[in-house]
Amino acid sequence: MRSRWSYVYFAFYLLLGVVLLFLNNDLSKAVITLMNVIIVLVPLIGTIFGVMYYYNSQEFTELLLAQPIKRSSIFLGQYLGVALSLSMSLILGLGIPFVFYGLFESSAIWDFSLLLITGTFLTLIFTALAFNIALSNENKIKGFGYAILLWLFLAVIYDGLFLMTLIMFEDYPLDKVSLFGTMLNPIDLSRTLILLKLDISALLGYTGAVFKQFFGTSFGLIVSFVMLTVWVVMPVLRIVFKSKKKDF
Amino acid sequence: MKNIKIILLLLVLFLASRNSFAHQIEVCKTCPISTLSDGIAQAKDFDTIVVKKGTYKEHNVIVNKPLTIIGENYPIIDGELKGEIITIISDNVTVDGLFIINVGNSYTADYAAIRVKNSKNFLIQNLVLEKLFFGIYIEKSRDGKVFHNKIIGEAIEEYNSGNGIQLWYSKNIQIEHNFVQHVRDGIYLEFSDFCTIKNNVSALNVRYGLHFMFSNDDLYEDNTFENNGAGVAVMFSKRIKMYNNLFKENWGTASYGMLLKEINDAEIIGNTFEDNTIGINIEGSNRIIYKHNNFSNNGWAIKVKGACYTNTFTENNFLYNSFDIAYNSNVNDNVFDKNYWSNYTGYDLDKNGVGDVPYRPVKLFSYIVNRTPETIILLRSMFIDIIDFSEKVSPVFTPDNLLDNNPIIKKITW
Repeated sequence: MRSRWSYVYFAFYLLLGVVLLFLNNDLSKAVITLMNVIIVLVPLIGTIFGVMYYYNSQEFTELLLAQPIKRSSIFLGQYLGVALSLSMSLILGLGIPFVFYGLFESSAIWDFSLLLITGTFLTLIFTALAFNIALSNENKIKGFGYAILLWLFLAVIYDGLFLMTLIMFEDYPLDKVSLFGTMLNPIDLSRTLILLKLDISALLGYTGAVFKQFFGTSFGLIVSFVMLTVWVVMPVLRIVFKSKKKDF
Repeated sequence: MKNIKIILLLLVLFLASRNSFAHQIEVCKTCPISTLSDGIAQAKDFDTIVVKKGTYKEHNVIVNKPLTIIGENYPIIDGELKGEIITIISDNVTVDGLFIINVGNSYTADYAAIRVKNSKNFLIQNLVLEKLFFGIYIEKSRDGKVFHNKIIGEAIEEYNSGNGIQLWYSKNIQIEHNFVQHVRDGIYLEFSDFCTIKNNVSALNVRYGLHFMFSNDDLYEDNTFENNGAGVAVMFSKRIKMYNNLFKENWGTASYGMLLKEINDAEIIGNTFEDNTIGINIEGSNRIIYKHNNFSNNGWAIKVKGACYTNTFTENNFLYNSFDIAYNSNVNDNVFDKNYWSNYTGYDLDKNGVGDVPYRPVKLFSYIVNRTPETIILLRSMFIDIIDFSEKVSPVFTPDNLLDNNPIIKKITW
């Protein structure tokens, strides 16, 4: 089951990469489109695959639990299996067409590697979140519902609320708030990381000192990566914790 | 008319013949004449002074007769930070091939490496200026040429630094193939008309690469402005022609490729704006023609700040800018037509190369960012795409007649 779907996923990215490059003929435009794919589709696919995998293999998991194997290694193994195969499909699927296109000779290689790294992070984060949801909900329909809702919230609704807050409190100094708000959402965080490469000239148009320090130096890059790592570690820890206590 | 031509021809011949009979004076460390000032004192009108290789510690050298001063293998004229180095107050002076360093710094006088004062027909070429306050300062002069100079300053702050090439109340000056770095304004024109600025490179300057104030009918073309505090500021001037320049990497909060303020009847054609925070910042400028320009990867390609009327933007390429156009009002009197927009998502069913759906270059998000600058952090978020789309369908906050009715489908070449 897992391998079949990751092939499909791989084929999808391969197709996307090929279509983007050979129809567009322009690397910068391709990178922008890819960014949209990565911050919208990758979390969605990670979430759905995570939940689906957990529910599908539930009976087998219960069988495994009867064996003398540590619970954490069963669940972590499952999580890593899904997350890593999804990441591999992403990296290979997008990487191969770009390499054939002559990525190594082009200047876009750093932008592109950054895209792949954030894509991998997002896969790891959202698969972990999906496992958490599935572990906490016995009811499949509910589990799927929550997973989709989580994705919708982080990808769209969060930004809406964020924008409303910023506009409502526009009379106050907001640069710290806005940076902090970004840190709390992994999708926003990855978007910011990519913006640092793609739209840096626009971002430097803002006057705030905090912004300037964040965007103008490598500080922003480091903080964002640290936060992304935290976002991976936290849900994984909860998987371990929850799986130990859960009554099957 | 014919008579005048003949007289002119005779005059030229006369001058040329006088020149060919002119003496040549050599200045070197071991010669009888060992300083440039001595050389000038000894010379007669239209003589040539050849300065041999060496270091000459001199300042306040006044050139008061028509002379040709030529340096051989770049002799160094060292001003020892004492003040102005060479001042030209006569017509028909040529200065060629000197290496001038250590101009005095002052808060009350604008000391320059070379100052041209009330002169005509001068030629300043192949100079190298370093450690300077002001570089080449041309005041109340006309019909001069400034070619192939290299000016490298050490400016850090605006208030205690000078400009590379400065023109003040001058007319008909040609400035070509100069290379200016690390000064306040690379090239500065104040009250100077009919000047040509061509093929210069102005980079890494503290303030502007090129700066116009109250100067009319000037032309600048094929220049490169890179990494300056702001690329070019054109202010309070009329009928300026700007062709085929490159504006690159002018980054920062108040930084732009080009700033237009109170400019009328200008032509901006064939320029490239790349990687600037703001490509062109326009304020109170009317009847300007923008044609065949490339705007690529800028934060804002064009930012319109108000009081801009009857400008036309035709056949430009807008490529991958974070924002194509920003407007701070919802009234529009400018025309956008037949441009290529890389963000255009329409279609071309009749295959005539022109999109069938008009393009709206002003997005709702650019309006929001204008109001609350911190929201820039939400750039390219999916939510922003959604609200931009709904604004596109029914404009409320952005000018509803600001449209490109004929967006071109393929990148425009010319």
